[in-house]
Amino acid sequence: MLIAEENQGIGEKTNMGTRTLAGGVLSDREDVTRNPIKIFTRELDMYYGAVRALQGITAEIKERAVTALIGPSGCGKSTFLRTLNRMNDTIPGARIEGTVMIDGVNIYGADVNVAALRRMVGMVFQKQNPFPKSIFDNVAYGPRLHGITDKAVLEHMVEESLKKSAIWDEVKDRLDTSAMQLSGGQQQRLCIARVLAVGPEIILMDEPASALDPLSTAKIEELIHQLRKNYTIVIVTHNMQQAARVSDFTAYFYMGSLVEFGETKTIFTNPTKKETEDYITGRFG
Amino acid sequence: MSEALLLTLPKLTSQRVRWSEILSDVLVRFFALIPLSALGFIMYMIIRKGAGTITWSFLSQMPLNGMTEGGIFPCIFGTLAITLLMILMALPLGVAAAIYLTEFAGRGFFFRVIRAAVNNLAGVPSIVFGLFGVGFFILFVGRSFDHVLKTGMLFGQPCMLWAAATLAVLVLPVIIVSTEEALNAVPQSQRSASLALGATKWQTIWHVVLPQARGGILTGAILSISRGAGETAPILFTGCAYFLPRLPVVHLFGVIPIVNPFDQFMELSYHIFIMATQSLDAVKTLPIQYGTTLVLISLTFFLNFTAIIFRIHFRKKMGMVSV
Repeated sequence: MLIAEENQGIGEKTNMGTRTLAGGVLSDREDVTRNPIKIFTRELDMYYGAVRALQGITAEIKERAVTALIGPSGCGKSTFLRTLNRMNDTIPGARIEGTVMIDGVNIYGADVNVAALRRMVGMVFQKQNPFPKSIFDNVAYGPRLHGITDKAVLEHMVEESLKKSAIWDEVKDRLDTSAMQLSGGQQQRLCIARVLAVGPEIILMDEPASALDPLSTAKIEELIHQLRKNYTIVIVTHNMQQAARVSDFTAYFYMGSLVEFGETKTIFTNPTKKETEDYITGRFG
Repeated sequence: MSEALLLTLPKLTSQRVRWSEILSDVLVRFFALIPLSALGFIMYMIIRKGAGTITWSFLSQMPLNGMTEGGIFPCIFGTLAITLLMILMALPLGVAAAIYLTEFAGRGFFFRVIRAAVNNLAGVPSIVFGLFGVGFFILFVGRSFDHVLKTGMLFGQPCMLWAAATLAVLVLPVIIVSTEEALNAVPQSQRSASLALGATKWQTIWHVVLPQARGGILTGAILSISRGAGETAPILFTGCAYFLPRLPVVHLFGVIPIVNPFDQFMELSYHIFIMATQSLDAVKTLPIQYGTTLVLISLTFFLNFTAIIFRIHFRKKMGMVSV
């Protein structure tokens, strides 16, 4: 009886949006369910040595939408994220089976240029990791790697990237100062600018706000909302309310398996699986 | 419960003196002072007896009258030239080895074998390096060059090149270990950031890892120069001369003077050794011995001090607190 009362109003429209099981409110946003598929994984298994970290993940990730990966620690969501730009390649003993297709190309194919793949699939890490260089040199790092030496072109790219990541106004007068002097939140947005400068189509974010204060977190979330118009975003988060706020689709991982994957609206108001509901409502995990 | 089982606390105001505490305190202080006083005594003796000898002419003149008078300029020149040549050979090799060990080797069997080799190399007595230098560099490499290139006896005899090469092998472990430390101190997240931006492994090492490890690598290089500058045994048979009436200099195109790596050379530590053991007049040359020792010790102290300054600067930059 009590639970029934608690759940009253779940899925109902309020004047702010749709109420969710996690307690927050889902903001109404334009429909992206008909967007084409950007990333497709089929029967994806991943091993660290003998340990099977991912089991038969089959998922379709839509273009120009935000997909959130949720689940308890060690469930494989970060591992899954890193298979999408082959960052797992750098871990000794890591091995995958199955396929990951991006724009119809198997990214684990023999003829794939991993460096080119990582330009197309950018990544933002949990702990902001700017280089101990100037703000300008941080953003210009990628373009310079890829052969751009013209100063005017670089300046233009740096400005554009900093504007797109909503940090331009805060740093435009001190591009030559060290990036290490920025606040944590600013550093994280600088890292996003650094990713944007190499011209990616997909941005992977591994708990990008978990080390930040609430105000900086809000700025990152607002930024994700902006970027969603032009980029396909996959974000790992431990924060249920954040997943509900920023994402169009949500995937719930548990023990290396994809338990449920669907529209965030559905997952957060009316999940099909009992485990998903338990996790979202905080009864488990 | 019986009263006897309860521990009685001493009175808070009791002044009982614990002699064992005081004794151990005094003892450890005393032992700690031994190395300090040894160093202090050495420095005192050398400065007191050597400082008077140090004049501009002592530093800038050739030895005179069978090395019983005059200066030590060729020794200073030789020491600087050979350590420069040494570091030019050892640094690229050592850094390359350290890059291989930290970035490529993994942690398998091959890695452990190389690690063990580096550690053992560091423990080899320096006279063994000297003999190795004769056997390997002069007799094997040098004579083979001469044989193949038909250069007579250009390579196959003791000279600055082989002495520097022998010293380079001696300081290689110092450079490898300090470079490895510096590379490992660069956070993994920095490498990930670069790789995720589409950089190759080499681009990441070149543009991100090495620049951040620069301070540590430089510190190791300076320390190894200081080590190499003070060694006598490795150069004993491989190129240094008892006396040379000229500087080991050759004129390129007949005009530009450069160090001649195929010539022999005089060197500070070796000069001290022969002045003390084989001098024509060991008593008369005593001031020269002290003066030479003071110059050598000042040189290595200066290098070590520079290395310490570098290390502090580098650790501060990396955000480490302790020095």
